[in-house]
Amino acid sequence: MRAITGPLAATNDFVVKFANINGSGSASANELFARSILRMGVPVASRNIFPSNIQGLPTWYEVRVSGEGWLGRRGGVDFMVALNPQTFDKDMASIEPGGYLLYDSTKPIPPEKFRPDITVLPIPLTEICNKAYADPRQRQLFKNIVYVGAMTSLLGMDLEAVKWLIAEQFESKPKLLAPNIQALGFGYEYARDRLKDRCKLKVKRQDKVGERIFIQGNNAAALGCVWAGATVCAWYPITPSTSLAENYNRHASRFRIDPVSKKKNFAFLQAEDEIAAIGMVVGASWNGARAFTATSGPGISLMSEIFGFAYYAEVPAVVFDVQRGGPSTGMPTRTQQSDLLLAAYASHGDTKHVLLFPEDPHECFDFAAAAFDLAERLQTPVFVMMDLDIGMNDWLVEPLSWDDTRRYDRGKVLSAEELEAGKTFGRYIDVDGDAVPYRTIPGTHPSQGAYFTRGSSHDAYARYSEEGATYVAGMQRLLRKFETAKSLVPKPAAREAKEKARFGVIYYGSTAVAMNEAVAVLEQKGLPLDLMRVRAFPFNDDVEAFIAAHEQVFVVEQNRDAQLMKLMVGECAIDPAKFLPILHFDGTPITARFIIKEIAARAGLAEAEAQEAAQ
Amino acid sequence: MTYIAKPKLHHPSLQPNALGFTRRDYEGRISTLCAGCGHDSISAAIVQACYELSIEPHRVAKMSGIGCSSKTPDYFLGQAHGFNSVHGRMPSVLTGAAMANRDLIYLGVSGDGDSASIGLGQFAHALRRGVNMVYICENNGVYGLTKGQFSATADAGAKSKSGEVHVDSAIDLISMALLLGASYVARSFSGDKKQLVPLIMGAIRHKGAAILDVISPCVTFNNHAGSTKSFDYVREHDEAVNAVDFVPARKEITADYEPGTTELVRQHDGSYLKLAKLRPDYDPSNRIAALAYLQEHQAQGELVTGLIYVAPEAADLHDHLGTADTPLNTLTEKELCPGAKALEVVNGEYR
Repeated sequence: MRAITGPLAATNDFVVKFANINGSGSASANELFARSILRMGVPVASRNIFPSNIQGLPTWYEVRVSGEGWLGRRGGVDFMVALNPQTFDKDMASIEPGGYLLYDSTKPIPPEKFRPDITVLPIPLTEICNKAYADPRQRQLFKNIVYVGAMTSLLGMDLEAVKWLIAEQFESKPKLLAPNIQALGFGYEYARDRLKDRCKLKVKRQDKVGERIFIQGNNAAALGCVWAGATVCAWYPITPSTSLAENYNRHASRFRIDPVSKKKNFAFLQAEDEIAAIGMVVGASWNGARAFTATSGPGISLMSEIFGFAYYAEVPAVVFDVQRGGPSTGMPTRTQQSDLLLAAYASHGDTKHVLLFPEDPHECFDFAAAAFDLAERLQTPVFVMMDLDIGMNDWLVEPLSWDDTRRYDRGKVLSAEELEAGKTFGRYIDVDGDAVPYRTIPGTHPSQGAYFTRGSSHDAYARYSEEGATYVAGMQRLLRKFETAKSLVPKPAAREAKEKARFGVIYYGSTAVAMNEAVAVLEQKGLPLDLMRVRAFPFNDDVEAFIAAHEQVFVVEQNRDAQLMKLMVGECAIDPAKFLPILHFDGTPITARFIIKEIAARAGLAEAEAQEAAQ
Repeated sequence: MTYIAKPKLHHPSLQPNALGFTRRDYEGRISTLCAGCGHDSISAAIVQACYELSIEPHRVAKMSGIGCSSKTPDYFLGQAHGFNSVHGRMPSVLTGAAMANRDLIYLGVSGDGDSASIGLGQFAHALRRGVNMVYICENNGVYGLTKGQFSATADAGAKSKSGEVHVDSAIDLISMALLLGASYVARSFSGDKKQLVPLIMGAIRHKGAAILDVISPCVTFNNHAGSTKSFDYVREHDEAVNAVDFVPARKEITADYEPGTTELVRQHDGSYLKLAKLRPDYDPSNRIAALAYLQEHQAQGELVTGLIYVAPEAADLHDHLGTADTPLNTLTEKELCPGAKALEVVNGEYR
């Protein structure tokens, strides 16, 4: 345990959490707070923890301030802005010893109700706003800006940076600018005059943000779809994937308008359900367009029959699965990595699908673009396995980049000229030995290249066949095609420890940011770890080699059933006893402290050391 | 191997159409349906309609779901791409294909199980979106491939081959289509080629969602006494509202019709539907009246056939979506990728 030596003191290294009521307008104020710190050159990681509700239920916004640049959740709260009476007691209980609590003291709470080991910062938010504003809506909304003003003073932030951001935000609504600046001033001045020197957590200007951007994964993935040439998006609203489709429409409406006719060089259609959405994607892809859908676990369940069709008839499709807490309706607004097994083997019969695991919004952009190349190259569905944490939170990432010399890989499509030149066409013939056949797009040639696409058993010429040998040959070729996929999907990212490591760690997706921090701490404590971040399924041979090279391998995941571990056990030649699953699945993003504690304990670090490491 | 390729023998007497194709060029493989199946007559009518319209076969995309009817796209237009999708999902696959390339003709073939039961939702939504397509429902009131269970279009009181009496209300796809906003709504009978061929021709040339409900008796499971979808029953109860003739755009319209009994409907592409009014009180341009007419006559046990409703200048899915005229699947990287510079601008907006 860290010794309690009075109020926590730290510069550019602490966690602030805002506890609000959903629908009270707090989200944009909290985001303003986070962005202001970024403008001071200090990295932040923000996490919005929100309910499946429009108004009234508790919501939290966590801001990790990290001069060191750790972008995962750390765990624990140093400064709680407790504005929700429903959760007040729990919120207070979650503060670190020596931490801070800011609350609306319009109705003062007796001192004995507070924990003795924290610093209480009372600000009469309601009173300030009731005095300043007559309109009830304004009274509520400006409360949020008032507390941001107070935080600006308490944490020693740059008031001008905050004002500048507000000015940018209200550029198009200048009427709202002055009242917002005024509200900010109310809070700032109150804290400056009444709570001077009470808070020892400080933000100090740094130069650690650089060119990086602050963006949500759903948005970055949507940009990736536009840059990758996707022309058809068919989707059905479902949290947490909705903003991916909506952002695609927004960006395409900006970048994909025909300059002459002003009409759209894309089609964006909200389907009647997920089944129709994937049906449209498959129809459009079959017809030669790059098409995608965005959904979450329940949508994947519904789409499964058509995934099997696309696998067997070999039609490209790109699917973004922004995972949430399952099973069933589960926790729609919480994060998990619990659709891996579902997606990997979606549909009845023997199927296997290509999965990509982006670690952050930057990789969401890259993998979105890669997914279209892979889907067309391999003529099969490709799943980009995101999650709510990446999809719906703003992450600080390297700027998105595009190489203008890059060319789309449209795969093996025969043109009218090639057909004319007498190339023999059989839809499912393995011409090149890579198990990927050639396809034709409807309407290409008057007398050659037509075929009948079907989900029923077929021969190499796409003709109906119930012959056992013909069926088996087709299924074996699909398996060989999956081998081809191994060489095309993104390779795992490996990192060796400085010293020889007994243990390896395998992880993927949004876990990476917390993992980076955890491994740095564990190494400091004398536990060297080799890392492998898996970026795709099928696993390439490096994954098997990595596992073979270690006595034991931790597999860190955000689900209950160790789904990636099971996938590796099933698909690689490995002794399952080698694996030590580390599982976090309460719906909140995994924290560095959680990983440190679990790995330290299971790697045999002494209890005291493990406890210390986790602090 | 259960498929059989049809030998390509061109009889010298076969007349070529404007493109130089004969009827044989519009055929497909030999049908594996039961001998005498109404569906085969519909396939023949499709062949005839495409031949007469001088359509290039490869410019048609044949889409279907699952069931006896959904097998039939293999039996016509052998030079066209076909897509035999999953049960009840043909409309969505067709919609996606149509989004990707607005220049092909989309011919969806489905059955009553595929459209009225498992696929009722997709049937409805494709029609209300105005997908530019010809949607043919080959309606026999039974599940043939699974041996004779009632479908949702079976009439209450109809008797199955095994003697079971159907009790649930029937779904009338045509009434539904009218409510959903389909812009070309017709019903016909597989045994009435004279009526069916011009209806298909009109539907192909129609811009927007065209639906044809074609009563197509199942010779094996639903052609007995007590069935309301048997050849005999349909012939006895068929009440045609009009006799349709199709006049292509390039043919001059001459005054070979009697005003008052014949009506000309000019379609979007300049072609005409010439309707001989068999029921003088029937107006196919009035959706509400059409619905009422259908209900009244159905209540009397009459099966109304013919062109029930047409809105010749309807908007279609692409009008609704605002898509450009160039098919999306022909756009190249040049039109599609905004490039590195534009991405730099976007990056700047997230700092």
